[in-house]
Amino acid sequence: MSVDVARSPESVETPTAWRRVRTWLANPWGRPRFLTAFTWFYIIWCLIPIIIAVQFGFNDGRSRTAWQGFSLRWYFNDPDLSVWNDPSLRSALFQSLKLAAGTMLFATPLGVALAIGLARWRGRASKPANLLMLFPLVTPEIVMGVALFLVFVYLFQVVQLGTTAQILGHITFTISYVVIVVRGRLFAIGPDYEEAAMDLGASPTQALRMVLLPMLAPAIWASLAIAFAISIDDFVISYFLRGEASTETIPTRLYSGLRLAPSPALNALASILLAFSMLAITAAGLFLRRLRRREGRRGSGVEELARLDI
Amino acid sequence: MSGTGEAYSRRRWTWPAFAAPGLLWLILLFVIPFYAILAVAMGRLDPIFNVGEPVWNPLEWDPGIFGEVINDIFTGQLGVIFLRTVAYVAIASLLSLLVGYPVAYFVARHAGRRKILYLVLILTPFWIPYLMRMLAWVNLLEASGYVNDLLTFLGILAEPRDWLGGRSETVVMGLVYGYVPFLILPLFAALDRIDQSTIQAARDLGASPFRAFLHVTLPLSKQGILAGLVIIMLPMFGDYYTNNLMSKSPRTRMIGNEIDFFVNSNTGESRGATITVILMGVVGLLMVYYLVSVARATREAQT
Repeated sequence: MSVDVARSPESVETPTAWRRVRTWLANPWGRPRFLTAFTWFYIIWCLIPIIIAVQFGFNDGRSRTAWQGFSLRWYFNDPDLSVWNDPSLRSALFQSLKLAAGTMLFATPLGVALAIGLARWRGRASKPANLLMLFPLVTPEIVMGVALFLVFVYLFQVVQLGTTAQILGHITFTISYVVIVVRGRLFAIGPDYEEAAMDLGASPTQALRMVLLPMLAPAIWASLAIAFAISIDDFVISYFLRGEASTETIPTRLYSGLRLAPSPALNALASILLAFSMLAITAAGLFLRRLRRREGRRGSGVEELARLDI
Repeated sequence: MSGTGEAYSRRRWTWPAFAAPGLLWLILLFVIPFYAILAVAMGRLDPIFNVGEPVWNPLEWDPGIFGEVINDIFTGQLGVIFLRTVAYVAIASLLSLLVGYPVAYFVARHAGRRKILYLVLILTPFWIPYLMRMLAWVNLLEASGYVNDLLTFLGILAEPRDWLGGRSETVVMGLVYGYVPFLILPLFAALDRIDQSTIQAARDLGASPFRAFLHVTLPLSKQGILAGLVIIMLPMFGDYYTNNLMSKSPRTRMIGNEIDFFVNSNTGESRGATITVILMGVVGLLMVYYLVSVARATREAQT
């Protein structure tokens, strides 16, 4: 008889309350009680500060530390200081959305094509090409920030620091994430389908359009959403490539605001950022779930997201 | 016959053609910018305005500023900042591992039917914008914030403490809070991949749960631990914002702060670029390690 190591709390027969206490006393550190408690502490530690920060965005008073009642003052109502009426906060919101939308629209096609190319190409240069694609994932962002800043200041001077530079920078580091998302699918699908199509007389473009792309569609939708989320979360690249005040994004505006003049309006702005980020990633999860279903596997997109190994 | 040959060669060139735009993009906006850092670091200093000027030809590179910075590392203030950075990163990543491993282990092995719920809960912080998470802690740690309220209420502190006034422990806590979610996912993936039957076998052969963990689970998750640690250490080495938000004091300056300061002021770009080059030297080994392990994992996944 084997000992069941992987027992979960549910699979243990429900003992009487006393037996439960006794086993706990005998071994309070035994799995999985300690681990369950530890995990919950971690989750609370991670999420409670965020919940409190969101809450203070709805505070009626100026304090970010004492609750004075619910209001939408910091979102709309305050004539000067709310996110909607303070020009610097409102422009930060629109700048972030603009960058995220632009990044998503350019990085996804580039990344999808790169993923297809790298997954199927067996030439001698494909290895270095693969390595080049992976490098942006491991380069500290500050290094990329400095590099792009210097190249726009000294070499590609046609591009002024500001929105264009920021979008170009965001695309550069988002491409590799798109590749990772799509490449996983390509490995799973394998080259057989498009080769069969080509053997039956389809041109490569036809095979791609009629066979491969439809199979990749959920992954492509998911990578659009992930590109959006990555771009809207970014701080360092936006910070190094910002130009005039109107090119501050939500994260860079939060950074300067926290250092100079914090107000609950910053909490409101951060909550809006959080909402967009969560929306994008939920969408990505749903697309990945559809993909799993289509491949005949049960389970959720969450697991797929967790295993992206970025 | 010639038709198939044509089709064959057409196929041969199809895939590189797909990769070309993305690769070109990365060469223009990733490789060349990298070179620009070197060109500025090894460039001239305009003697009148004291402004750096890039030199693109490596034969004309001037190691003057580089030497100055190296000298400053060994004899001056910069050395202290480097050591502090290494210490913060080491402590913060160790703490992150101590926090992250049990959580990843629990979700991978013991979450049972609630696995999806737990996965959502550990994925959420991963996708909460970093700056929002820092904002949350700045709110809590302020003089009149909830942390001081709680600690004085419990009698742990007699009076509110100035947490944001240049304390190393606040900065390290900020780093741990900021980066743990990025460590937990690779750990989870590694632990989740382990075949249950290997642990079962160890237990059947008489190993205690603890020994089974020590001799089976832990060694099998080593790859995940190392990859996860590297993936959080890389951004930590270049972090300047956590530290600037958690403490406004020069007492907690890190390398990232130096780079930020010199690059974003108009006079120190070449010095900032030089420190960036040195930082790349420090983290380069970590990057290569990670890329090699990823390449190995991908090969295994493909076969």
